[in-house]
Amino acid sequence: MDKTHFQLIILGAGPAGLTAGLYAARARMNHLLIEKGAEGGQVLLTDWIDNYPGFPDGISGFELSEKMAAHAKRFELNSMFGNVLSMDLTEPIKRLVLEDGPDLTCDTLIICSGAHPRPLEIPGEKELIGKGVSYCATCDAPFYRNMHVAVVGGGNTAVQEASHLTKFASKVTLIHRRDELRATKILQEKAFANPKLEFIWNSTATKVHGTDGVEALHLRNTDGEESVLKVDGVFVLIGVLPNNEMLPLDLLQADDGGFIPTDIETRTAVPGVMAAGDIRSKEVRQVINAAGEGATAVLAAEQYLTNLS
Amino acid sequence: MASDKINDVSDADFASITGSDTPCLVDFWAPWCGPCKAIGPVVEALADEYAGKVTIVKMNVDDNPETPGKFGIRAIPTLILFKSGEKVDQVTGAVGKAQLIELIEKAL
Repeated sequence: MDKTHFQLIILGAGPAGLTAGLYAARARMNHLLIEKGAEGGQVLLTDWIDNYPGFPDGISGFELSEKMAAHAKRFELNSMFGNVLSMDLTEPIKRLVLEDGPDLTCDTLIICSGAHPRPLEIPGEKELIGKGVSYCATCDAPFYRNMHVAVVGGGNTAVQEASHLTKFASKVTLIHRRDELRATKILQEKAFANPKLEFIWNSTATKVHGTDGVEALHLRNTDGEESVLKVDGVFVLIGVLPNNEMLPLDLLQADDGGFIPTDIETRTAVPGVMAAGDIRSKEVRQVINAAGEGATAVLAAEQYLTNLS
Repeated sequence: MASDKINDVSDADFASITGSDTPCLVDFWAPWCGPCKAIGPVVEALADEYAGKVTIVKMNVDDNPETPGKFGIRAIPTLILFKSGEKVDQVTGAVGKAQLIELIEKAL
């Protein structure tokens, strides 16, 4: 790329980044969106999205990603494939260091780097990734036809994906550390009505057992009783960790979890730097609020640029 | 979706392609797999960078049930590196370019 300076750089092409890209392109800002994989982000891990307005019949995560990308591209989104390794946000001109190619600079930056599934961090888990331990039910469910799998978690993702897994697996056991689910009521109703779905309450997974593949999951309940559940696979869906390895966390005043706090207009502690989507420090991580924050962030960037000039 | 620029390998020609002295990286994917799509551009870039040194191909696990079963694949994307028909190592998930380079270099 010849050009290395932009008014606005958007980091990440999930729902927040793609919406920011759409708004930036329509505002005719001199912008660039950088994505290290494919457009969509974590939406690509979701089998079905039933709570994004405008799609009354629901839509697959895959299709929604494609539509969001196509929408931004219709307005001449300027995007590139690249991996940002680090950045310097101490000067008014922000500098991004990429894995390949020259450094890129910008006046404003919108961080939409997103999040990734949180691991259990128990013995055997890491060794058996791809051999029965999975963080993406949408990706791996078809490998468990007529098998017994466990899902660890109790939030929306865990409950929705447990239901999805029952389309393939003969039995799905959901393991949750509390005695009730956190997932939204309609997902709970569906799950409780599903004859293939069983629940183990008040229990945590302590060890994944297996040599060439997952053979069993060791559990401990709140009374301290230990048990072993024989399963062919374990899906770990216990929330997310921030994709923040490229960010100056002290400068951005990251919270204890490594997420980036912002004001209501998505402005971070660094002037001209906004954060939108799952990387933001917040309680609710939904496609709809990620998209909304992406739009807000571009308006905040425009305002910052106006005040500069 | 894995990249269109990467050649497909099937159960039928798998042995002949991975049996070569030239190291071969196989990207196991399926059309319904989001992270497989996410890793596509990285695999494509590597195919360019290692052209002539490493053969990079992709296998659709929906169309080719035999090979993924043989290698115990239970998650995608999984990328397995072969040399002279032997498995050298593998990675699972939409890992970064650096991790894939680390994998590929094991056969060079």
